[in-house]
Amino acid sequence: MTSLDLASPPAETQSPAAPPHPGIPLSRVVTTELRKMFDTRSGFWLMASIAILAFLATAAVIAFSSTNGLTYTSFATAVCFPMTIVLPVIAILSVTGEWSQRSGLTTFTLVPHRGRVVGAKAIASVAVAVATIPLALAIGALGNVVGATIAGVDPVWDVTLTNMLTLLLANVLGLLVGFMLGVLIRSSAGALVAYFVYQFLLPTLSIILANSQAWFRHLQPWIDFEYAGGKLIDGTVSSEQWAHLGTSATLWLAIPLMVGLGLVTRAEVK
Amino acid sequence: MITIESVTRIYGGFTAVDDVSFTARPGRVTGFLGPNGAGKSTTMRILVGLTRATTGTATVTGRRYVDLPNPGLEVGVLLDASAQHAGRTGREILTIAQRFMGLPRGRVEEMLDLVSLTPQEASRRVRDYSLGMRQRLGIATALIGEPEVLILDEPANGLDPAGIRWMRGLLRDYADRGGTVLLSSHLLHEIEVVADDLVVIGNGRIVAQGAKSDLLRSAGSMLRTTLDRTVVAQALSAGGITSTHVGDDGLLADAEAAQVGLIAFAAGIPLLELRPADGAGLEEMFLELTAESQRETPSDNQHEGALT
Repeated sequence: MTSLDLASPPAETQSPAAPPHPGIPLSRVVTTELRKMFDTRSGFWLMASIAILAFLATAAVIAFSSTNGLTYTSFATAVCFPMTIVLPVIAILSVTGEWSQRSGLTTFTLVPHRGRVVGAKAIASVAVAVATIPLALAIGALGNVVGATIAGVDPVWDVTLTNMLTLLLANVLGLLVGFMLGVLIRSSAGALVAYFVYQFLLPTLSIILANSQAWFRHLQPWIDFEYAGGKLIDGTVSSEQWAHLGTSATLWLAIPLMVGLGLVTRAEVK
Repeated sequence: MITIESVTRIYGGFTAVDDVSFTARPGRVTGFLGPNGAGKSTTMRILVGLTRATTGTATVTGRRYVDLPNPGLEVGVLLDASAQHAGRTGREILTIAQRFMGLPRGRVEEMLDLVSLTPQEASRRVRDYSLGMRQRLGIATALIGEPEVLILDEPANGLDPAGIRWMRGLLRDYADRGGTVLLSSHLLHEIEVVADDLVVIGNGRIVAQGAKSDLLRSAGSMLRTTLDRTVVAQALSAGGITSTHVGDDGLLADAEAAQVGLIAFAAGIPLLELRPADGAGLEEMFLELTAESQRETPSDNQHEGALT
């Protein structure tokens, strides 16, 4: 009783000051954002489609490839191709959903620092890529063993660990391009269209320009992100090609991402 | 405690919120009243940092909203119950809020129970929810962190009469336990029943604010007489009280009932009825104060009131 009496007056006098709540750790924002990528039907099937498409691609290689073509390179290329589309779409929707589905009204009131939310989404998206690419490569490896057994030959393991890592990096960069477009455009349809323009139209324009304009030809490797990123899939990257990747990624990924982040922190959430 | 000081928001050349200042105090329900497009929602979005004020400051429990370390534990916010990913289940939406705030998992079922969403309903996707169910889910999200401040934009929309009564009881109880409630509505009667304080906004400007009892008192008194009412009006104006005709035989006097009664007695006028103009008082005030910003022209009957 006495301790209670002693305790209550200071509590009363201090009542206008708010009780100290610890802040929200970034890890909690990341795991919650990761959960939000899976917890809708469309999100679930997007994730499931990674494994499904990897199986289909592997089956297609076994079914249609000649015996000579049954190398791990064929399988790795085949299973990674659907990833180059599905992973960026996952990244795009995780950002644009907050605006298109208007759930940002809740998200940005629960975590008012929008940079933290966007950063957490970036970490969660990259985590998805880092987890699923090895899975896809494993499915491809399984296909390589099964395919070789069916054909009655020894499986050919012609992909180095370095190449697997550059393959992973290429997919992470592709995913980040999608993420950047999501942040910049903040509309699901708009960002998806922009992604296909970015990945398929711009490289073609770049090739046409390089073929017709001499001044652009030697500039192209430094500017063309798709061209520089292609070297990652081939597997052997020289130091100059790393530099190409650096400059083109700055131009097409880092700078637009910074602009997008600036817009996101200022934009009205309605 | 919510404090809004000289908040202005300009879109291009349009001033959506114009120098708005008010305070919502603990232990009281503050009704934020105004016609559609008056600036209620913009003001509330500025308060929680979703929209930037062009000038002015807004604070909750003495700090800017963005400076709250874990806002969900201090401020419960419901701005638009339909602003949810349609593909998530109700339970999942609550779970996301519970995880952001770092609350125990059991809180989700407690809140579903509190807002009367059955386990079956909670497992359905929000796209299949009625507006009333979305409002209940939104209330649950706002309350899950046991905040001391509630900010609710039009929470009664879509609720059935039983739901509106439930919400009223919930907010009353919340304020009685020391919480601060800021509640917006364009439904006058909804606010009149539950609010202690009123802030009325029209065309982005505050047009009236104060305790509901004070604001209602200025509405005057209603009286009816057996004589021609113009006789009563003359007697009242001789006593310095203006009055206007209401309905077929009513008279709205701009004074307290006790004073009107004395004048009538002194003039020997028999009264059929004399009472404080409470029923439609706030509505008249609302129509009067926001007449310029009303989109629809009030009907003739309301117009009489609006002209006073």
